[in-house]
Order: sequence, then C-alpha cells, then structure tokens
Amino acid sequence: MNESYKVSLTVNGQAYEREVEPRLLLSDFLRHDLGLTGTHVGCEHGVCGACTVLFDGEPVRSCILFAVQADGHAVTTVEALAPGPEQLHPLQQAFWECHGLQCGFCTPGFLMTLVPFLEENPDPSEDEIRHAISGNLCRCTGYQHIVDAVKLAAERRRAPAETEG
Amino acid sequence: MKPAPFEYQAPSSLDAALDLLSDRGGDAKVLAGGQSLIPVMNFRLAEPALLVDINKLAELDFIRRSADGGLEVGALTRQRRVERDPLVAEAAPLLHETIPFIAHPQIRNRGTFGGSLAHADPAAELPAIAVALRARFRLRKAGGDRWVNAADFFGGLFTTSLEPDEILVEVAIPPMPAHTGWSFLEIARRHGDYAQIGVAALVTLDDAGLCREARLVYLSAGDVPIEAREAAGLLAGQEISPEAITAAAEKAAQEIRPFSDLHATADFKRHLARVITGRALRKAVERVNGRTTG
Repeated sequence: MNESYKVSLTVNGQAYEREVEPRLLLSDFLRHDLGLTGTHVGCEHGVCGACTVLFDGEPVRSCILFAVQADGHAVTTVEALAPGPEQLHPLQQAFWECHGLQCGFCTPGFLMTLVPFLEENPDPSEDEIRHAISGNLCRCTGYQHIVDAVKLAAERRRAPAETEG
Repeated sequence: MKPAPFEYQAPSSLDAALDLLSDRGGDAKVLAGGQSLIPVMNFRLAEPALLVDINKLAELDFIRRSADGGLEVGALTRQRRVERDPLVAEAAPLLHETIPFIAHPQIRNRGTFGGSLAHADPAAELPAIAVALRARFRLRKAGGDRWVNAADFFGGLFTTSLEPDEILVEVAIPPMPAHTGWSFLEIARRHGDYAQIGVAALVTLDDAGLCREARLVYLSAGDVPIEAREAAGLLAGQEISPEAITAAAEKAAQEIRPFSDLHATADFKRHLARVITGRALRKAVERVNGRTTG
C-alpha cells in the first residue's frame, strides 16, 4: 500500500526527481521533501489559499493536489519571486510599503495569486482586486492594505518611470 | 488532515482507465481535478483503495461546436478553459455567465467540467446549469456508451446514475432556441463561497412577445438541482408582466425543498429564492428583447 512512485518535475526552474508516496500532498512535498517552506499550509482543504503556487503558470492550491500529479509539470513557489537576497519582487515591495501583511502567514498565497492576476489585469479596479483575492484568507489586515498594495504595484507596473525613485 | 494510503494509477488511455474500473470499480475513485475529492480524502471522509487519475487523458479535454449548433464539452476540460472559451460565450451564454461563480480562479484552474457534475453536490453551480440547459451526459464503460439526461443523472445528495465501472466522458448541450434570454444569480456571503441559494433562468418568447417556455432551476435548494416546473408553467403563454413574475417567484419559493444549514434557515432560503427569481426573470426577459431588437 505504501508503494512509492518516481516523480520528475521542475520547481522554480530547477529539475527535481524524487520518490513519493501517492498520498503525499504537493504542499508537503514542497515543504518537507524540497525544503521550500515559503509555501504555507493553512486549512488543508482548499479554502484558505495560503498554499497557493503556480502549476504550469496558473495559480492552484497545492494542498489539494498530490505530488505524484506534478510529474512532468512546472511548479513555481514564492521563493522564485525575489530577484535575489535583500531584494523584493515589486509586489512584495508594495505589500511591505502598504502594510499589506502583519503576521505574514497568508502572504505567500496572496502573492502567488496576485502575480498572474496583475499580468492578466494590468489596470484592475478595486472590485476586481477584491474578487481576485476572494479565495485567500487573511485574519490580520482586514484586506484594506492588501488592496492598497495591489493598486500600488499595478500603478508602478504600468508606469515604472513615473513612480520610481 | 492527510489522506489515508491508497494505490495510484494514471493510465494513458481511456480504455486502460475503463479496464481498471471494470476490475476494481467498487473500491476505486476517478481523480479528475480533485478539487472536491482531495479535500474529502484529507478529512478522511473518503478512503478509496485505488485512485484512477484520468488527467493524462487529453482526449477528454475539448470544447467544440456540435452539428446541431450546440456544444460538446469533454469531461476533463478545466472550468477555467470553459470560462474563457469564446465558443462557450456564444453558444451557451448561461454557462459562460455562471462559471465565475464557481469557487475561485485557483480552484477553476484545476477543477473540471465533468468532475463537478459527477461529484453531484446540490450546492454546486454546474449541475443546476446542466439541468437548465437540458444537457445530456455520455457515460462510458468497457462495454460501450450510454447517454443520460442531466435531470435523470442526479439521484440524490452526491449520488448519480454513474455505475462504479463508468466514466462521464462528454457533455452535450443543445443549441439555445431563438428569442431566448438567460440569467444566473446566486446569494453567497462572500464571492466564491457555497451559495445559500442560486437560480438559473431561461425565458423563450414567441413572435407576439408572450412566453413560449420558461425554465427555473435552483442550487442549494434540495438534495439535487431543483427545477421549479409549476412556477415556470405559470409563465407559459403569458406576457411576462411584473405581476406574472411575482406570482412565479412566489410559486418557486414554495416548490423548492431547501434544508436549513449553518448559514441560512430553509425559510430564509425560500425568501432569497423569491427575490432572486424575480431578478433573474427580469434580466432574462431584458436579454431576449436585447437580442430580438438587435
């Protein structure tokens, strides 16, 4: 019953090959097998959004996907966002400046939801932003500062020269 | 919050998947998007001995126009693809309008069209839409195919006419009749949550502007999608006046069979049904007129 299966996948551009039990969730695989603990595990039934990662470029819940299903696919986690140590992705920078996080537990899920959202919606309305984050729970901020951060990141993304510096 | 151990198979052909189910159907579950199955496995409410992962069956991932002008949708087609496909928007605008109400983009990126139907959650949107659109489901097993009407497919809470050795492979949606308007509405505490009540409305008018046919199908209104046939029947042959809409909404609120739950009592759901039925009918009529007057 505890047979293991070989999976080959790419995580943040790096190829990995591992033996996994089929019941291993992708979220636990990322955290425990690969040591990528930026992906947070909240509810483990697909409600809170903390474990959101990109699966072939699209945001998904990694707690309701088995690692064995990622065989042959590309996964992107929050660790891939910042260009280097001491540097932040523009969306992370906006979260920091706007107080878009307090405890930070939900933040990786928000970021991985919002990065592809902003690519598709460079000029989102407040309503669109609130819809986009409706699948991510934050128990600290009341969402207002998160919405502010998304607005700021979108503004800078559209006109980097105007708002920089 | 971790699933119990299970055996995993990811066949690369539909025939191989059907063979597995014909041998082991009784203790196997089909894994499509997994957005409902894996949560219940995490809770250990389901402990299948074998998971047959059909995600490699690209032949079940399609959206195409059928010969009669309707739509054919493969069971493994992701909900996100259905949401974005221009063919769906054109041929089945009611379906197009409804998909964004299903959970969240993260879920729709994985969740499949057929998976939601086979799961048969009476609070889900797609079963109600399938009934409203008179969709037909193609079920396949090792011996062959059979077609089942959406209304006959849903037998009860999470229960369908699928046999343990069958897979839902395709959904056929007939073309929308001329002079037809549509509307989908639901009430939920937050966007993407399970709805307290929801309604799919279709209204077809004749050349004189009278109602030829109306359909009202509700989610979260009983143990299966509930069609309010008497309420819709009150409109047939009539001008859809504000009074006729009020009468139909009142009848529909009596016809549905909602349960009380944590979020709403049955009485409150009936009240909500009355309100959204009126809104949905008005919107549907507006859209017929929008179409007929060009």
